[in-house]
Amino acid sequence: MSILLFVESQQRKLKKGSTELSSYGFALAKQQNTTFTIVTINCEDADKLANYGASKLINLKLSTKHFEAHAYATALAEIATKENAKIILISSSADAKYMGGILAGKLQAGYVTNIVGLPVSNDPLTVKRSVFSNKAFANTILPSAINIIGLSNNVHEEISQNSSTAVEHQDVQTTAKCTQASLEQSEGKATIADADVVVSGGRGLKGPENWGLIEDLADILGAATACSKPVSDMGWRPHSEHVGQTGKPVATNLYIAVGISGAIQHIAGVNASKIKVVINTDPEAPFFKAADYGIVGDAFEVLPKLTEKLKART
Amino acid sequence: MKILVCISCVPDTTSKINFKENDTVFDDQGVQFVINPNDEFGLTRAIWFKEKVGASVDVLHVGQASAEPTLRKALAIGADKAIRIDTHAVDAFVVADQISNYLQANPYDLIIAGRESIDYNGSMVPGLVAAKSDIAFVNTCVQLEIDGSIATATREMDGGMELLNVELPLIIGSQKGLVEETDLRIPNMRGIMQARQKPLEVVPAVESQSKSAIQNFEKPTPKAAVKLIPADDIDQLIDLLQNEAKVL
Ligand SMILES: Cc1cc2nc3c(=O)[nH]c(=O)nc-3n(C[C@H](O)[C@H](O)[C@H](O)COP(=O)(O)OP(=O)(O)OC[C@H]3O[C@@H](n4cnc5c(N)ncnc54)[C@H](O)[C@@H]3O)c2cc1C
Ligand SMILES: Nc1ncnc2c1ncn2[C@@H]1O[C@H](COP(=O)(O)O)[C@@H](O)[C@H]1O
Repeated sequence: MSILLFVESQQRKLKKGSTELSSYGFALAKQQNTTFTIVTINCEDADKLANYGASKLINLKLSTKHFEAHAYATALAEIATKENAKIILISSSADAKYMGGILAGKLQAGYVTNIVGLPVSNDPLTVKRSVFSNKAFANTILPSAINIIGLSNNVHEEISQNSSTAVEHQDVQTTAKCTQASLEQSEGKATIADADVVVSGGRGLKGPENWGLIEDLADILGAATACSKPVSDMGWRPHSEHVGQTGKPVATNLYIAVGISGAIQHIAGVNASKIKVVINTDPEAPFFKAADYGIVGDAFEVLPKLTEKLKART
Repeated sequence: MKILVCISCVPDTTSKINFKENDTVFDDQGVQFVINPNDEFGLTRAIWFKEKVGASVDVLHVGQASAEPTLRKALAIGADKAIRIDTHAVDAFVVADQISNYLQANPYDLIIAGRESIDYNGSMVPGLVAAKSDIAFVNTCVQLEIDGSIATATREMDGGMELLNVELPLIIGSQKGLVEETDLRIPNMRGIMQARQKPLEVVPAVESQSKSAIQNFEKPTPKAAVKLIPADDIDQLIDLLQNEAKVL
């Protein structure tokens, strides 16, 4: 038995979070008393993972040049079988969640998403996953011979090892089911999925013309910007920024919520973030109950000051 | 064009989440079940196709009779026929097996599922169905046009959008964006009356195996009270974030 870890890349470079995932892979292998193999696909800097304790580091050069879920799942199913993997570890990115079900179907493997730590038991394999949009956890038994587990963001420490695993390259012929007609990607900008800090605005900001306040703060923090549902419904911000139970989930180190009341559906989707700061004029806003730090105050006064002070600090 | 919309019934988003029987079972007492929001966006797009370009729209649920009022609601919104595969939907593998089996005898051009159910947040069923039935899948779909046998679908990724061309049959994972919030329909009296006459078929389940079992649930540990910082003392906030929370 061994463990296979799929580490993603984007534009041929490792994605952020790949070292956290690799560190988890090492800890998991140790716990399961086995070795682990890291697999990357069409990645040019896989060697950056040499010191995470993997016994093998394989880069698959696919004939399908960019991410295509069916081609990736096919290639990973093949290598998982070849490596006799019993646990396959993937991330919680949009791509991983897209591909995970296809991969599980191909391998007839068990599969769980949103796991929040190392398995709570090895025999039978039992993992803790977040359910009901972070309102609960479910300890889940995986009885199958092969299982895929999807790790939530920001749940494991990054620890490098004293290893120097060499990268092997393998060519793989694949066929895509979907043809990419165009791709639009914000380059170099933090995304809600992988940013360390997310600055989010709600209806309290009064209108889209005031979003400069949110963007300035986000810029200085290297943060991604997000918003509440009504803000995207009204077209003040794009849908892709809508976070919460019916929008994108947020599991970041620092979530700053400005002019957001903290409705149950909003909090459900952002509660996995480590530290939450709330800025709101209403001391009774429900969000204060879920926050770590709060300022009862007017966004139009607090935000410029906060941005300025942070700027002075750098 | 034949469209199938897969519907999961989930607790209304305002529901209190509680467990019973030693935290092994979700307590549905007093909980109102609704069409999974991601599925409702998909259903609304399906009805758009029906009205604008001509299509038949069936809805399918794998589960027990308690879901029938939710299926009737889908009929009242405008679906033509509902199908319930009669079994206990213990996990995504059972659901996907049932859907794939149904598709074998009843082919559709377009199968719409949600990106995820908002209760267990699995994000698993459509991918599993795609693999089992060997059909193309586009997840987190925010735009979908169909021209003859070719679909053009926009997929939302982390930090971007991708436009994909793909041949039917296709399964998509739908979410908000596929239609706007304001496009969602509240069933009117006429729709509700019509829904009573529309077929709701109950189909027996085939044998299928679950691949996961919930041992027990846990609630997150309650958090400490918020630390309030005066609005004129931003330095204190920065200091706390830097030195106490260590997130700056
Ligand atoms: C099925 C369903 C799903 C939903 N899913 C989501 C979801 O995924 N995500 C989501 O966000 N919502 C979701 N909602 C909506 C949710 O219930 C709330 O309506 C929404 O989150 C409120 O957004 P808001 O906080 O921006 O606005 P409001 O509730 O209007 O709050 C605005 C806040 O701004 C404060 N404020 C006003 N002026 C200022 C100022 N000058 N400075 C600082 N603060 C100020 C006010 O005190 C108030 O607390 C969902 C609802 C339903 C029914
Ligand atoms: N019991 C079910 N019956 C029919 N469709 C389902 C069922 N459960 C999930 N689905 C579909 O699969 C999607 C993703 O669900 P999940 O994998 O549970 O997150 C849902 O949005 C539905 O479209």
